[in-house]
Amino acid sequence: METPRYYVPHSSPWPIIGSVALAVTAYGAVNFIHQSTDKVGAEGSWGQPVFFIGLAMIAFMMFGWFGTVIRESIRGMNSDLMDRSYRQGMAWFIVSEIMFFGVFFGALFYARIISVPWLAGAGNNLETHVLLWPDFADTWPLFMTPGGSITEAMEAWGLPFINTVILVTSSVTVTFAHWALKKNQRVLLPIWLAITVALGTTFLILQVVEYQEAYTELGLTLGSGIYGSTFFLLTGFHGAHVTMGTIMLTVMLLRSLRGHFSAENHFAFEAVSWYWHFVDVVWLFLFTFVYWF
Amino acid sequence: MAVTADHAIPNRSPLIAFLSRWLLTTNHKEIGTLYLCLSFTLFFIAGAMAMVIRLELFQPGIQFAEPLFYNQMVTMHGLLMVFGVVMPGFVGLANWLIPMMIGAPDMALPRLNNFSFWILPFAFGLLLSTLFMEGGAPNFGWTFYAPLSTTYGPPSTDFFILGVHLMGISSVLGAINIIVTIFNLRVEGMTLMKMPLFVWTWLITAFLLVMVMPVLAGAVTMMLTDRHFGTSFFSAVGGGDPVLFQHVFWFFGHPEVYILILPGFGIASQIIPTFARKKLFGYHSMVYATIAIAVLSFVVWGHHMFTTGMPLAAELFVMYATMLIAVPTGVKVFNWVATMWRGSMTFETPMLFAIGFVILFTIGGFSGLMLALVPVDFQYHDTFFVVAHFHYVLYPGAIFGIMSAVYYWLPKWTGNMYDERLGKLHFWIAIVAVNMTFFPMHFLGLAGMPRRIVDYSLQFADFNMVASIGAGMLGMSQLLFLYIVVKCIRGGEKASSRVWDSAEGLEWTLPSPAPLHTFTTPPKFPTPEEDYQHE
Repeated sequence: METPRYYVPHSSPWPIIGSVALAVTAYGAVNFIHQSTDKVGAEGSWGQPVFFIGLAMIAFMMFGWFGTVIRESIRGMNSDLMDRSYRQGMAWFIVSEIMFFGVFFGALFYARIISVPWLAGAGNNLETHVLLWPDFADTWPLFMTPGGSITEAMEAWGLPFINTVILVTSSVTVTFAHWALKKNQRVLLPIWLAITVALGTTFLILQVVEYQEAYTELGLTLGSGIYGSTFFLLTGFHGAHVTMGTIMLTVMLLRSLRGHFSAENHFAFEAVSWYWHFVDVVWLFLFTFVYWF
Repeated sequence: MAVTADHAIPNRSPLIAFLSRWLLTTNHKEIGTLYLCLSFTLFFIAGAMAMVIRLELFQPGIQFAEPLFYNQMVTMHGLLMVFGVVMPGFVGLANWLIPMMIGAPDMALPRLNNFSFWILPFAFGLLLSTLFMEGGAPNFGWTFYAPLSTTYGPPSTDFFILGVHLMGISSVLGAINIIVTIFNLRVEGMTLMKMPLFVWTWLITAFLLVMVMPVLAGAVTMMLTDRHFGTSFFSAVGGGDPVLFQHVFWFFGHPEVYILILPGFGIASQIIPTFARKKLFGYHSMVYATIAIAVLSFVVWGHHMFTTGMPLAAELFVMYATMLIAVPTGVKVFNWVATMWRGSMTFETPMLFAIGFVILFTIGGFSGLMLALVPVDFQYHDTFFVVAHFHYVLYPGAIFGIMSAVYYWLPKWTGNMYDERLGKLHFWIAIVAVNMTFFPMHFLGLAGMPRRIVDYSLQFADFNMVASIGAGMLGMSQLLFLYIVVKCIRGGEKASSRVWDSAEGLEWTLPSPAPLHTFTTPPKFPTPEEDYQHE
């Protein structure tokens, strides 16, 4: 019998576990939100525990699923062709992520170029301005919304700049780790990976400090108009991605310590480093358009 | 040995065996079947909602549905038909056909394929459950414009938002799988420009899905934070803008409507050459036209928003860009007609549906061209003319496309021929009913009847009654379709492997029904028989 050229697994429990996990998470999330914002119909719906059970199930699914794939890879069931499928799949996944961030950047530019100037009377919108909010002035960052809520701007050259340096450095260190792997330097690999994880963690800690400063000292909150909305959703989703990336890098660190990956065959490592570079590039755009200009 | 092997299999009850087969499967054919079953089920649920709508509009006045319930029906009908019927229907066809057409053993990422499917029943369960919630289901139309969906949306809107997130995850993962399969697993010798057109159109559709489903996810996320976390994306009081929602939504929405039609183009391009017994006219121009349509779809979203007060320059740009789409679309229509020109045509059911597709989709395309004109759109905007337009491209377009595909490949899937006499009957009832339902809506819209409204003034009564009678017929005709499909699955005249005497493509080299695992070793391409025909 000829050997099949492409490994097709016969059945797998992980996808259906993942689907149930996503559904439980979604259902729990809505009830959790309703409970904490006093919407009707959420009494006794156990939103919070259900939500966290869902998240735990997702984590369980990912460990199980990726574990299966890793075992198959170690047994040599993955062909080059399959490796290419994984690579292309990851690349297209990152494309979809770019589009996701694109939406929030789009909202940011729309606010800065269109909605805020128009509310202040730009173009042919003088009547709107005079009739609705005649005192409203076009500034960015938007210190005072038409409705009158006030905030201060986040300074770019403090923590955000330090964070930029940290994240760019971590992009370099993860590349050093990759070079070490390709040259089969098994001591340097975990060292560079550990440094990258440490940099990612530092970034996240500083981001928490920054949010604290925004809420307590600057009055910059989710509720402080379109400036706060775009600021927190862009940096928040970015932070969530850095968190994911740091977790994945930690997994890569542990796997490299257990002797996984070879100089030729290390798709998982490469996928994580692509993801990390992507998160870094998003931050550069964030730093430029959210903090700096 | 055989006896011990039998004993090694644990005794499992049929229920467990059934569940583990369908829940855990990684086989592209089984997953394709699951997608098609889901699509078919939701087709009848969403169709029943359409029946409620048409029943209410049968006469002026409020008879059967309270306004709030009517709005829920309109919303859920649209959401289910778009996300639950047409999209899973096409993905089901892609799953069944693409690996067979390109000579691949399966999809490139089989486990991910199962995941993409099984997210959907939960997503639609979540969406349908909103009908039974306090405050009712979403009632703001399938376009869920802010502030109707943010400030004024019922509490169930949040379940809808998370449901959309789940559908988005499913679509993106499914699309990635399709792209990777097409790029990676083609049989040796099948260059991109030798791929069947169904594969080409799906490649481009999948690209559109990867690009725009995350945009939809972003839109509903902003809705969620506006509703509950105090952000002001869609609120002018905070410096945002409700019109921003429309921009984001239609940046997703316009490529989305091509997602709903491009695979249909591919299906017509497979079926028409078979029954015209000629090569497809202009294969290369078909491919380039599909790419051109996809690229243009990213810059025309503003034509849904002509009346929102966009700057004149933007309106003009969008108008011309939209009219430009008529060129590649026209190329396609001319190619289909040229394929049929002087062909030795026969009119089996798939061909009838494909011809119906070409003619009626073209009508929908022309009314789209009318809507693209800024000054004219000021009159048509938000009237039944728009309803007529998109139902012409979606019903005799996307849905007829799926139906002709089902008739065309059903013998390959089941090994049995469907009942040709009943199939033709189905077509003729459907084609009369579809025109009776949607053609009068053009007149209603031109006369000024607004869409999404539970009651109307007296002068619209006659055309509405005609449309409602047509809709009833159309609904009934689909029960006939269900009967034909079930009958074909249960038995019938055995189908040969090629099924249609001049059908081309690798899927016809397989026996009917196609075995569970096909092309575990790559086939020869082009097939010897076709190679001979080329010379």
